[in-house]
Amino acid sequence: MMRLPVFRLHQPESLSDAMALLASSDGETRLVAGGTDLWPNMKRRHQSADVVVSLNRVAELSGIRGEVGGEVRIGATTTLAAVAASPIVRAAYPALARAVESISSPAIRNMATLGGNLCLDTRCTYYNQTEEWRTSIDFCLKEGGTICWVAPQSPRCWAVSSSDAAPVLCALGARVRLLSPAGEREVSVADFYRDDGIDYLTKQPDEVLTEVVLPPSDGVQMSFWKLRRRGSIDFAVLTAAVAVRRDDDGVVSEAAVWLGAVASAPVRSEAAEAVLVGNALTPEVITEAATATRKVATPLDNTDFTLQWRSKMVVHYVEAALREVAGLERERLAPNHAM
Amino acid sequence: MTPPRPGQVIAPDQAPPDSAAGSTHEDDLRIVGTPFRRVDGWAKVTGQTRFADDMTFPRMIHMRLVRSTLPHAFIQSIDTSKAEEMAGVVGVLTGKDMPEPFGILPVSQDEHALCLEKVRFVGDPVVAVAALTEDQAADACSAVKIEYEPLTTISSVDEALETHEPLIHDYGDEGNLHKKISLQFGAVEDGFAEADEILEDVMFYEGSTHLPMEQHAAVAVPEGGGRITLYTSTQTPHYVHKVLAQVLGMPASRVRVIACSVGGGFGGKSDIFNHEIAVAKMALVTGRPVKICLNREEVFYCHRGRHPVLMHLRTGFTKDGAMVAQHLKTALDGGAYGSYGVASTYYTGALQTVTYGLPRYRFDSIRAFTNKPPCGPKRGHATVQPRFALEVHLDKAAQRLGIDPADLRLNNLLPPDSITANYLKVGSIGLGACIQAVVDGSGWRERFQSLPHGRGLGLACGSYLTGAGLPIHWNHLPQSAVQLKLDRTGTVAAYCGEAEIGQGSDSVLAACVAEVLGIGLDDVLLCVGDTGLTPVDLGSYSSRVTLMVGRAAIQAAERARDRLAEAVAEKLDVPADRLVFAESRVFDSGSPENGMPFAEAVQQAEEKFGALATTGSYAPPRAPGRYRGSGVGPSPTYSYSACVIEVEVDPETGLYRVEHVWIAHDIGRAINPVLTIGQVEGSVYMGLGEAMMEEQVFRRLPKSRSSALVHKVPSMLEYKSPTFHEMPPVTTYLIEDPDPEGPFGAKEVGQGPLLPVIPALANAIFDAVGVRIDQVPIGPHMIRKALEDKEAGGDGRYGPKSFPDIDFGVPLMVPTPDEGGDGRATNTEEAGVRKGSGTMTDGVRKGSKP
Ligand SMILES: Cc1cc2nc3c(=O)[nH]c(=O)nc-3n(C[C@H](O)[C@H](O)[C@H](O)COP(=O)(O)OP(=O)(O)OC[C@H]3O[C@@H](n4cnc5c(N)ncnc54)[C@H](O)[C@@H]3O)c2cc1C
Ligand code: SF4
Repeated sequence: MMRLPVFRLHQPESLSDAMALLASSDGETRLVAGGTDLWPNMKRRHQSADVVVSLNRVAELSGIRGEVGGEVRIGATTTLAAVAASPIVRAAYPALARAVESISSPAIRNMATLGGNLCLDTRCTYYNQTEEWRTSIDFCLKEGGTICWVAPQSPRCWAVSSSDAAPVLCALGARVRLLSPAGEREVSVADFYRDDGIDYLTKQPDEVLTEVVLPPSDGVQMSFWKLRRRGSIDFAVLTAAVAVRRDDDGVVSEAAVWLGAVASAPVRSEAAEAVLVGNALTPEVITEAATATRKVATPLDNTDFTLQWRSKMVVHYVEAALREVAGLERERLAPNHAM
Repeated sequence: MTPPRPGQVIAPDQAPPDSAAGSTHEDDLRIVGTPFRRVDGWAKVTGQTRFADDMTFPRMIHMRLVRSTLPHAFIQSIDTSKAEEMAGVVGVLTGKDMPEPFGILPVSQDEHALCLEKVRFVGDPVVAVAALTEDQAADACSAVKIEYEPLTTISSVDEALETHEPLIHDYGDEGNLHKKISLQFGAVEDGFAEADEILEDVMFYEGSTHLPMEQHAAVAVPEGGGRITLYTSTQTPHYVHKVLAQVLGMPASRVRVIACSVGGGFGGKSDIFNHEIAVAKMALVTGRPVKICLNREEVFYCHRGRHPVLMHLRTGFTKDGAMVAQHLKTALDGGAYGSYGVASTYYTGALQTVTYGLPRYRFDSIRAFTNKPPCGPKRGHATVQPRFALEVHLDKAAQRLGIDPADLRLNNLLPPDSITANYLKVGSIGLGACIQAVVDGSGWRERFQSLPHGRGLGLACGSYLTGAGLPIHWNHLPQSAVQLKLDRTGTVAAYCGEAEIGQGSDSVLAACVAEVLGIGLDDVLLCVGDTGLTPVDLGSYSSRVTLMVGRAAIQAAERARDRLAEAVAEKLDVPADRLVFAESRVFDSGSPENGMPFAEAVQQAEEKFGALATTGSYAPPRAPGRYRGSGVGPSPTYSYSACVIEVEVDPETGLYRVEHVWIAHDIGRAINPVLTIGQVEGSVYMGLGEAMMEEQVFRRLPKSRSSALVHKVPSMLEYKSPTFHEMPPVTTYLIEDPDPEGPFGAKEVGQGPLLPVIPALANAIFDAVGVRIDQVPIGPHMIRKALEDKEAGGDGRYGPKSFPDIDFGVPLMVPTPDEGGDGRATNTEEAGVRKGSGTMTDGVRKGSKP
């Protein structure tokens, strides 16, 4: 069996106690919520800690507040199962419900949290392996080595941003609230990420993500499509999240087109958005917008599936998501691989 | 004709043959043929079953292994001094403590419990450490320092053919080739000269692993009197016993192996593994019970799974689709050790002849050593790859000749009771009924080639052994034995060396005994898989258990019945042949009220004869082949299956979904229809996994930067195996045509139904979108590539381009039965092959040390 290393675990019951523990702990200190990312990473010795502070018992961090049509706030430790089941989320942000529902498996969604999902470590098939395996190939940049095995000439790490909620929240213009001893701040989900496989969050180590703030969704049409090998458990190798506002004649006034799992952060396609804005969602416009995403997505060979094919699928998946929003018959994609 | 119902049992018209192996007349049977609850089911669903990792003993310590991080290297030094001083550490072992080589086949004694001079793949175990806790053992493992001198690595068959130095092993048929075979049955070239059409294909079947839910575990317990007991998750306690005694240098009588219930084997627990030997040695050295439970990554390193095989198939057909000659070449990527590889190599050619008439046949094969975990037997043992090639090849032939693929097969079925060109004796063949069932069930006649673009149907068939005809260690002993002990309570204890691996062998044993003695399943007490207490059964491999254990059990039970009948007849004063055993009673068939309870019958017999025990045993009939290599392929009887798959393909992306599977299996007789349908569905699941996504593949890092050659994804998350989202509805038909060799007419079901699934998918994809994917697993990118190729005016095919140029030398020539052959080769000297029919026992150089 793979075993966890030894560390001290705190389970505070209030946010202030948690903050105090974070400030006072000696040695390497980490936060944990559902643990579905942190514990496997610690077992494989990717991440270590002398002290782990659990947010699981902090009641004030959990729950969904607001109503359909208004601003909605989701506490960081709300489980993915609760987010997916929430009538508010399902009515106001169906793409978010769909994304969250697609994450891993039912058992994991019962433990995993939305905050943890947004902070999820980046992934790479050269990296998410046991310590012995990594010793065999020699450690890469993400672990203090001198080489990236995916792109040996590259000075940076290209590990993949694998949160399914992130691209949807970006497309919806959501924000996250961060609390630290220095105070509280709010930042857009888009700015929460940095396109770097190692330093993938702009969050400071002492900041706790407390809440996700979703703007009112009136009149926004949205969709989320996910490509992966199997209908459950697997991480995405590509996601497309789109949100569109149309005026009365069906002309697009606002558009957001985001891709997940193709870089170290969610990727926005301004070119695709530019094609959409000012046009009606005809099949031709949709195809043109989808084709425009091709340039922004530069996936590398560090996930499941062959690289060339995965790159080609970007256009198909964006197209499918946009066709769904437009109410057009969507591409005949094998349904197990998307929604 | 109305399509058959799902699960419907279809009996061909002819009356079942009389059989020496229990009655085959349905009217006489009470348990056999009814869906009864499996005898180990209650314990399994309530958590009472003790798997090897559940075993715990006073003073037990825990062991872990330090595994090689290099794919190919000499071991320069091993420093365990720091580990030995660490908290909790009780014992440390290295290769020197167990220098005796071993291997499952006598002909490939090339493994060591812990590597001696050399490591041969990433994951090869080098040091064992035992400590009071598993954490302490793991920590101490990290403190072991091993220095290596790296060697050139070999990652593929092509590299093995090119690389003459270094050699992965210092034995084998040639260079880094473990095995090289060339066999010719009949005047093959004459056959090709008669052909109207000659079809040639190159196909590739990727390797895959078994992925059992239970990770291998073993607990060794030192016992009084210099004995040792090993509890382990194994399919083959008998072979583990043999090898353990050999490597430990102990008399076999001092070694006891107990096969715990196995949480999935599929062939992956049929070898003896390093950890089983090391844990026993550790128990002897420390004098304490020692446990090891492998982690998932280590299970990927144990492997012994499906060989990656490249195949070249050339067949001559007549205009109406009959095969006149065939030449098959296979190249197996064997991994770092022999394992069952010699048998696997032969199996890639052996069963090509048992489904359709094939008068002349040539088979050439190599198995290469590579620096990867060793391949071995996985469900359908090495017959799956050439079956894929053959069935896709036939689909192409049908297309070329303008014949319906179902008719092409139906018109050319091998007749029952044939002796094939390669001297396999085939008895009953239910393949025609199988094809008919899936053709009717799927609406094939109306729907094949008529569905909208993107939807398709594919058909394929298969066949498998019901037990290998020959044992691994050549001898004339029974291959299975059962002992029954009858006591005054009416309980019948059945002792048998068989290993329950989830397939239901315990239930078969209990059912055969209960059926013959007319008692309930609950009245049979089982003691199985214990080399100390039970008579030998060779193990749960080659689909042998139902037939061989069943036959032995029936014999033992019939002997017991005869004894009881004699005593009861005397007591009741009726002729013994008028007595009936049923409802836990023994009574006069003439006047049923004249009888006694079974327990009383046992008491009567005990009074008359003394304590009651009987035995039964089984050895398969001798096969007609007398040439070297004829030992692989013979079986008491063969099962047959046919499958139709319906698939939906998205031509834009290449993504596809299996919509439905219809599968018919010729089982002879279903001892328990529910369990057998479970085996069929399990085979469909595993077959789809291999067809769609499973692959045991490796990553070689840029040579300029690293010498690494590692398993690409040794984890259950990234090694893709279907979930139930990918599992389509399955309609199963059991075809019952009792075979005289089988117990109550039964044939195997554990492996055969997997075979047709894989080619049926490839054929269905062709029907859906018109492209040929000549390799598995079939990824969406392959379909896209083939479609792009077709759009660009190509032949719309994705697959390997060529087979390596290999000099197979002079083939061993064996005239066929039709040519007047007697099963012997005619040019043994010229072909440079030793005489005799043994294949796994002798004939080539032994491992590093004999
Ligand atoms: C088999 C498997 C499949 C998976 N499939 C998917 C998938 O398809 N899609 C997907 O998106 N994810 C997937 N995941 C990843 C993971 O389960 C989810 O992303 C989950 O939401 C993580 O949440 P958690 O609460 O368990 O995180 P944790 O493991 O508790 O934490 C993850 C990280 O976030 C930090 N953190 C957690 N909460 C906070 C906070 N409030 N403030 C600051 N930092 C915080 C932790 O310190 C840690 O570094 C999968 C995981 C597994 C094991
Ligand atoms: S992208 Fe490169 S540096 Fe980053 S984890 Fe993968 S191999 Fe390591």
